[in-house]
Amino acid sequence: MANILVYALHYEGAINKNSLGAVSEAARLAGEIGGEAHAVVVGEGISDDVAAGLGAFGATKVFKAEAPEGLSQPVVDVMGKLFETGDYQYAIFGGGLLGFEVGAGLAARLNAGVTMEVTAVNVDGGQLVAERPILGDSSISTSRYKDRGIIIGRLNAFEARESGGSATVETLDVQLSSHAQQATMVQRGEQRGADVDIEGADVLVAGGRGLGKAEGFQLCEDLAGAFGGNSAVAATRAVVDAGWYPYAAQIGQTGKTVAPKLYLAAGISGAIQHKVGMQSSENIVAINKDANAPIFEFSDLGIVGDLNKILPKLTEAVKARKG
Amino acid sequence: MKICVLVKEVPDAAVQKRIDPSTGRMDRSGEKNLNPYDTHAIEAAMQIKEGGAVEVEEIVAVTMGPESAVRALHKAVSLGADRSIQLTDEALAGSDVAATGYALAKVLEREKPDLVLLGQQSDDGECYTIGAVVAEHLGMPSLTQVIKMDVSADGLRCERQAEYGYDTVQVQTPAVISVGDAINEPRYPSLKAIMGAKKKPLEKLAIGEAGIDASQVGADGSKVVCGDFKAPPAKSAGTIIEDEDTDETVEKIVAWLDERKLI
Ligand SMILES: Cc1cc2nc3c(=O)[nH]c(=O)nc-3n(C[C@H](O)[C@H](O)[C@H](O)COP(=O)(O)OP(=O)(O)OC[C@H]3O[C@@H](n4cnc5c(N)ncnc54)[C@H](O)[C@@H]3O)c2cc1C
Ligand SMILES: Nc1ncnc2c1ncn2[C@@H]1O[C@H](COP(=O)(O)O)[C@@H](O)[C@H]1O
Repeated sequence: MANILVYALHYEGAINKNSLGAVSEAARLAGEIGGEAHAVVVGEGISDDVAAGLGAFGATKVFKAEAPEGLSQPVVDVMGKLFETGDYQYAIFGGGLLGFEVGAGLAARLNAGVTMEVTAVNVDGGQLVAERPILGDSSISTSRYKDRGIIIGRLNAFEARESGGSATVETLDVQLSSHAQQATMVQRGEQRGADVDIEGADVLVAGGRGLGKAEGFQLCEDLAGAFGGNSAVAATRAVVDAGWYPYAAQIGQTGKTVAPKLYLAAGISGAIQHKVGMQSSENIVAINKDANAPIFEFSDLGIVGDLNKILPKLTEAVKARKG
Repeated sequence: MKICVLVKEVPDAAVQKRIDPSTGRMDRSGEKNLNPYDTHAIEAAMQIKEGGAVEVEEIVAVTMGPESAVRALHKAVSLGADRSIQLTDEALAGSDVAATGYALAKVLEREKPDLVLLGQQSDDGECYTIGAVVAEHLGMPSLTQVIKMDVSADGLRCERQAEYGYDTVQVQTPAVISVGDAINEPRYPSLKAIMGAKKKPLEKLAIGEAGIDASQVGADGSKVVCGDFKAPPAKSAGTIIEDEDTDETVEKIVAWLDERKLI
């Protein structure tokens, strides 16, 4: 029997949606290989209810360990210990920064194989086989594991499904390794910039580094204003990190996932980490001066040109069209 | 403080990257360059050195790769590294992430750095994970995606964007930090630095010299077997407009939006 261990990331009492997806996926796969899916929650003062709630997504057992939150290495210690003492062959992580760090650290500790950005997992001969898009999503490779395997999902790759099961909760005492104690969280989850709301918007005008400077966002604001109604402005991580636009408007792996009726991207290259947050939009329009920009590979309408020339005129035309 | 920077040679951004179907490995022929993300790591090391908060004795660029990868080291040196180390050995070919991280950690063990810096991702492999693997082998604390780093005698105060906003983390050295591309604007090398790069000390290591266990590296020592490359589901190609006359372009965009009732 081979069981699957899943890391469930949580923040302020709620489990991350991608972790819930990973639990559901692990439960499905465990069923196929004749094992169980167990989950791990690591943090300070986690309630039994939060931990037990993972049972509804298919975990049969949830381990709860008291350790610093938001850092990867304490989680590696906890999961490493479980692998040592339990019958586990695989670990699965939802998308996200910590999943990457914990998964990689755990692979090193267990001498296991690791695959990241996984979009699908299948069972072949009782073993897990992971699919990963590579080279800018132009090809998909499959990973098989010689022994233990660590699978790190791409954002939103695994869907959370309530199965109505229940889980027992076990508290785990783990002695942290010395390096896991050498990083301490000073402040977690700081929201930078205004608290804008983009999730309900029907039209999103998104801006990237191609806007050139913080002031460039005015072009996006103007166009969103012209569409009126339920429209808003969104941004890439590159420009949020640069302080050009608020974090709350960021789309992508460490930002929001959106699916508006229209997503108009201006000066955005279309990196995978951005794409995962907006690829389900109903209509994608991209303006980029580089004809080879990856974003054109998944846009419905692509305009190769200078946004500084196009956006102001487009704003006027939309205004005129609206009367 | 001694800083080691991990750098990698990758296909130039303009080169179409592909997998050689017969070996399942990246086709590494064609124009190559220093991984652009690694220039941010070198720049971060230079800024610590020039910042004066701590004394930096040495910046060492380290790579694992074939003979040709020496060019990435020359570039790293022209950007400020004092010397470089190339781990190169036939036995390393086909190493997966875990094996690569293990091998690099072995080289770093000999160097005993106070700080290991690396890029957020390699432009070809895009695994984002070498830092965490290296840190685990070295028993050092580690963070990825750091976009601000203040160095003092007490250690590193790092900021990064994680899933719930920006986190500030205090890290003791020695540590392994992978830097995000928003951390700095890398400088351009001076002509003099480019000319002088080949004269700086360069050490070549085979796996035996680095104390690397041959059974843990290369295709045989890797724990993942990759294969069955297939094309992703075909997506119908979108319409492309080349902007020549902007008024006309805008007319076309509006018509397209109109057709879909988006205005
Ligand atoms: C773990 C991790 C998590 C990440 N999370 C996210 C995330 O949540 N969201 C996110 O967006 N990114 C994320 N990223 C970063 C991502 O990889 C890219 O770096 C980022 O999306 C690039 O942003 P950009 O498109 O604005 O900038 P760039 O990639 O620099 O693209 C700018 C584009 O503008 C075009 N341009 C320039 N001038 C003009 C002009 N005048 N007119 C028209 N076009 C112009 C250029 O041709 C270029 O294509 C993450 C990365 C990692 C490693
Ligand atoms: N073969 C290598 N030699 C040296 N450094 C590497 C190598 N592969 C990856 N790195 C470093 O690890 C970072 C992340 O790479 P990756 O995990 O492959 O996305 C890169 O930016 C480099 O700094």
